[in-house]
Amino acid sequence: MTALLLTVLAPLLGALALALVRTPAAGGWLNLAISALTLVAAGWLAWSVALEGDVVGRLIGIGFRVDAFNVYLVVLTAFVGLTTSIFSRPYMRHVRAEGRVYLGGMRVYHSMYQTFMLTMLVALTTDNLGVLWVAVEGATLATVLLVSLYRTPEAIEAAWKYFILCGVGIALALFGTVLTYFAAQHVDFGALAEPGAGLIWSSLHAHAAALDPTVMRIAFVFLLVGYGTKVGLVPMHQWLPDAHSEGPTPMSAVLSGLLLNVALYALVRFKMLVDGSLAATASPHLAGALLMGFGLVSFTVAGLFLHRQRDIKRLFSYSSIEHMGLMTFAFGLGGPLATFGALLHMLVHSLTKSAIFVTVGHAAHIAGSQGIEKIRGLIRTQPAVGWSLLIGVAAIAGFPPFGVFTSEFLLLTATMQAQPWLTLPLVTGLAIAFAGLFRHLHPMVYGTPPEGQQPVQANMIPVVVHLGLVLWLGLAIPGFLAQWLNRATQLITGSSLL
Amino acid sequence: MSLPALPLLQQLVVLLAALVLFLSFVLLAQSRLVSAIHAFAWQGALVAAVTAVVAVSGDVHHLYFSAGLTLLLKALVIPAMLHRQVRGLALERHTEPLQRPSLAIMAAVGLVIFSSWLVLPMVAEELAFTRNILAISLAVVLIGFLMMVVRQQAVAQVLGFMSIENGLFLAAVSATGGMPLIVELGVAFDVLVAMVLFGVFFFQIRESIDSLDVDRLNRLSETAEIAGEDRP
Amino acid sequence: MADILSPSAWLLALVQALLFPALAPLLAGWVRKVRARLQNRRGASVFQPYRELRKLLLKEARVAHTASPLFRAAPYVVFVATWLAAATVPLLTIDLPTAVVADIIVLAGLLALARVFLALAGMDVGTAFGGMGASREMMISALAEPAMLMAVFTLAMTAHSTNLGSVIAHHLGDAFVLRPSYLFAFAGLTLVALAETGRIPVDNPTTHLELTMVHEAMVLEYSGRHLALMEWAAQIKLLLYGVLVANIFFPWGVASDPAPASLAMGLAAVVLKLAVLGGALAAAETVLAKMRLFRVPAFLNLALLLALLGLLSHVILEVGA
Repeated sequence: MTALLLTVLAPLLGALALALVRTPAAGGWLNLAISALTLVAAGWLAWSVALEGDVVGRLIGIGFRVDAFNVYLVVLTAFVGLTTSIFSRPYMRHVRAEGRVYLGGMRVYHSMYQTFMLTMLVALTTDNLGVLWVAVEGATLATVLLVSLYRTPEAIEAAWKYFILCGVGIALALFGTVLTYFAAQHVDFGALAEPGAGLIWSSLHAHAAALDPTVMRIAFVFLLVGYGTKVGLVPMHQWLPDAHSEGPTPMSAVLSGLLLNVALYALVRFKMLVDGSLAATASPHLAGALLMGFGLVSFTVAGLFLHRQRDIKRLFSYSSIEHMGLMTFAFGLGGPLATFGALLHMLVHSLTKSAIFVTVGHAAHIAGSQGIEKIRGLIRTQPAVGWSLLIGVAAIAGFPPFGVFTSEFLLLTATMQAQPWLTLPLVTGLAIAFAGLFRHLHPMVYGTPPEGQQPVQANMIPVVVHLGLVLWLGLAIPGFLAQWLNRATQLITGSSLL
Repeated sequence: MSLPALPLLQQLVVLLAALVLFLSFVLLAQSRLVSAIHAFAWQGALVAAVTAVVAVSGDVHHLYFSAGLTLLLKALVIPAMLHRQVRGLALERHTEPLQRPSLAIMAAVGLVIFSSWLVLPMVAEELAFTRNILAISLAVVLIGFLMMVVRQQAVAQVLGFMSIENGLFLAAVSATGGMPLIVELGVAFDVLVAMVLFGVFFFQIRESIDSLDVDRLNRLSETAEIAGEDRP
Repeated sequence: MADILSPSAWLLALVQALLFPALAPLLAGWVRKVRARLQNRRGASVFQPYRELRKLLLKEARVAHTASPLFRAAPYVVFVATWLAAATVPLLTIDLPTAVVADIIVLAGLLALARVFLALAGMDVGTAFGGMGASREMMISALAEPAMLMAVFTLAMTAHSTNLGSVIAHHLGDAFVLRPSYLFAFAGLTLVALAETGRIPVDNPTTHLELTMVHEAMVLEYSGRHLALMEWAAQIKLLLYGVLVANIFFPWGVASDPAPASLAMGLAAVVLKLAVLGGALAAAETVLAKMRLFRVPAFLNLALLLALLGLLSHVILEVGA
C-alpha cells in the first residue's frame, strides 16, 4: 500500500513542485529525480505484488487495485518516464537555447510532464472505471499544451486537432462507461458491496455474467471507438501523426510509448467484462471480433501510409499506429498464446519506440530539420546516432534477435492456430511495413551528409539501455518476467500458457 | 411502460430531457454566437434541473450536490467564460449561418431516430423508462458531434463539445441515478480544465491564423510539404 | 358520442356553428383593445369590429372591370368554407354530431379550400399587389400546413383518433400527465396559428404598407359586402385557431354532455381562455416586430421542427416498450 501511495503521490507532488520551479535547469534535474523516485516506488510495488498478490487500497474515496496485468505496465510506464526524462533534460535545454520555448513554457513543460505521468499511473492502478476515464481524459489535457509548446501555426493546429478529436472520442468512452454502469444497475453485488460498485472493475468482473448483454454490447462499441481514438486505431488516428510530429520529441516518446498502451489497457479491461457478459449469448466473441477488425485495418492502413511519409516523426508515429493495431488484433484474437504475445509486444514496442524517438530527436537536431529528405548520412556525421537509428528500426521492423521478433513470432503462431487464413494479411502487412521503414531508413543512415553537418551533443544512455533490454528480451525472456506475463495472461484469458 | 403510468416526477424528468434535446437543435441551428452561448447555458440549467428532480424522486443526497455543481459549472461558469472570451476576441456580433440549415436539421432528426433505434434492443424489465432517456441523451451527444462537424468556428465547436458533455451528464443522471460522487467531481474538473485550455487555444489560434475559422487550420496533411524547414 | 340522428344534438351543433361568426369580431376587437392599452392608447370599443362589418355590409360593392365571376364568388366561398371548418371545432362541447362526419383532415382541407379561393381572387383582377400577396400567401401556407398537420397528428397519436372531439375527450379523461410531445405540439401549433392568421411577426393585419403585406394585398380590390365577408372570414379563422389551441391543450371546462349547466360552464371557460390567449397575442404583437419576408421560412421551419420533435418525443419517450 505504501508503495502504491508513493507511486501515485510522487508525480502528483512533483507536478505541483515543478510548477513553482522557475529555473529550467533545476526543473530538468527535479523532473529526473521525481521520475527516478517513481520508478523505485513502482519497482517496490511490483515486488510486493509478486510476493503478496494483488495490492488493494483506497485513497480519497478512489479504489485502487494492482494485479499482475497492470503492475507490469506501471513498471514500464515509470521506466520509460525515467529514461525519457534523462533524454529530455539536455534536449529541452537545447530547444530553449534556440529560443523556441519561452521561459514560462519550460515550467509548463516540466509540470505537465509529471501530470501526464500521474494520469498514466492513476489510469493504470485505479479499480474504478470512472476514475480511469477521468485519468485518460486528464492525460489529453496534460499533453495538449505540450503539443502546442512551440507556438508555431503547425503546432497549434496539431494541438487543436488532438484536443478536439481525443476530447470527442473520449466523450464516447464516457458514454460507454455510463452504459456499463447502467448495465450493472440490477446486478446484486452482495450485501458488502459499497455504493457505486457498478463502476468498480473487480466487482464487475466477479459478476460479469450478470451484466445485461444487450447493454454491454452497445457499451463496448462506444468504448471501442472512444478509447480506440486514443489507441490511434484507424480511422480515428488522424490526431496521432500530427501531435507526434509537432510536439517536443520527449513528448512523442512518451505518447507513443505510454499513452497508447494505457488506452489499449482500458480497452482490454472492458473486453474482459464484455466477454464475461456475453459468454452465454449467441455471439460470445463479439468484443474480440471487433478488436480484431479494427486492429487489422489499422495495421494494414498504417503500413501503407509509412511509404508516403516525408517527416521522420510522422513516419514513426505511423509505425506506432501499425504496432498498436497489431496488439489490438492480438488481444481480440484472445487465447493465452496471443495474449502473452500481445503483452510482450506492448513491452518491447514501448521500449523500442521511445528509443527510436529519442534517436530521431538527435537526428533531427543534427540535420536541423524533421524532413526525411534533409536527414542524410547520419552514420558518418555521428556514428552513435546513425547506428542507434539503424538498430532501432531493425528492432521495430521485427528483425531477429530483437524482442519484437519474438512477440511477432508468437502472434503469428497464435493466429495460425486460431484463424489460419488471417496469417496471410498479417505477413503481408509486416512485409509492407518493413519495406516502408527501410526505404526511408537507408538514405538517412548511409547517404552522403550535406556540407558542414556537425555532430551534436547527444545523450545515448536511454537508447542503449532500451535497445539492450529489447535485445535481451529477444535472446531470452528472463524467467521472472515470463512468470509475470503468464500471470497477466491467466488473469485476462483465464488459462495459463506456461 | 407508457408515460401516464409513471410517477409525476419521472414525467418531469422526461419532459426536461425532451427540452434538453430541443435546445440541442437550437444550438445546432443558431447562427449568432452569443445566442448560442445562451442556449447552451439553458441546456446546462435544464440538465441541472433533471439532476435535482432525480435527486428528489430518489432521495439521493449526493445528487443535490451534483445538481448544484452542474448548475454552477454548465449554466454559469462556462457560459460566463465563453462570454468573456467572445468579448475578448471581439466576436459579440459574430454570426455564422449554416450552409444548409434544413439539411443539418434533418440530419439531426435522423440522429435522433438512429439513437432510439440503437437502444431499442434493451427491453429488459424496468429498463424502458431509462432506455428512452438514454436514447435522448445519445441523441444530444450525437447532435453535439454534428455541430462540431458543420461548424467551422472554434467557439461554436467548443459549444458542440460542451453540449456533448451535457448529453453525457444527462445519461449518467437519468439512466443510472448518477455516478459516484468522486467520478462526477473528476469529470467536472476535467470539463473545467478543458474549458480553460480551450480559452488559451482561442487566443493561440487567433494569433496564428488571424481568425477562428478552424477550416483554415490546414497546414498539416499527408501530402503537405514540410512546413518549417529549420525545425529539429 | 352524440346520436347522429338526434335533432337536439344537431340543434346544439347549429348553435355552436352560429356562435363562431357571432363571437369572431369580439375576439378581434378584444385583441385590438388590449394592444391599444399596452401601447398607452385608449383604443376603440371591443365592439368596433361589429360596427365596421355593419358599415361595410351596407355599402355598395364595387367590382373592377377586369374581374371575372370568380372574383364575385370568392368572398362567399371563403366565408362559407371557413365557417364550415370552424363548425367542426368543438367550442362548447365535444358531444357533437358533426364530429362523426368531419375530423382534423377535413378541417385542414376546408381551410385550404378557402385559401385557394382567396389567392385566386387576389390574382384575378390582375393588379400587381394581388398577385404578390397571393404568391406570399401560398409560400407561407406551403410551409405552415405540414407543420400544422404534424402537430395535430402528434395529438392524434396520443388519442388514437384524428377526431378533435375524441382527442379532447381522451385528454379530459386522462389524469394530469406531463407530455413533452404536447409541449412541442403546442409551441409548433401556436407558431403555425400566428402565420396562418396573418399576425405579427409574419404579417401585420393593420397595415397597408405595400412591401410587407400579405393578406391585405389580396383583398385590396374588394369593397362593400365582399370586403366584409373577407374580413369576417379572417376573424373567424383567428377564432378557430384560438379555440383549437385553447380547447386541445387546455381542455378544462369543455362540456362532455349536453346539459345546459355544463354548456354554460363550457361557454364561460372558452371565453375566459380566449380572453387570456387574445391578451397574450396582443402582448406578443406589442413586443415583437414584424420579420422580413425572407425570414418567414425560417420561422415556419422552427414550427415544423417543433412539430417533428413532438412526434419523435411521442414515439421515443411516451410509448415505451
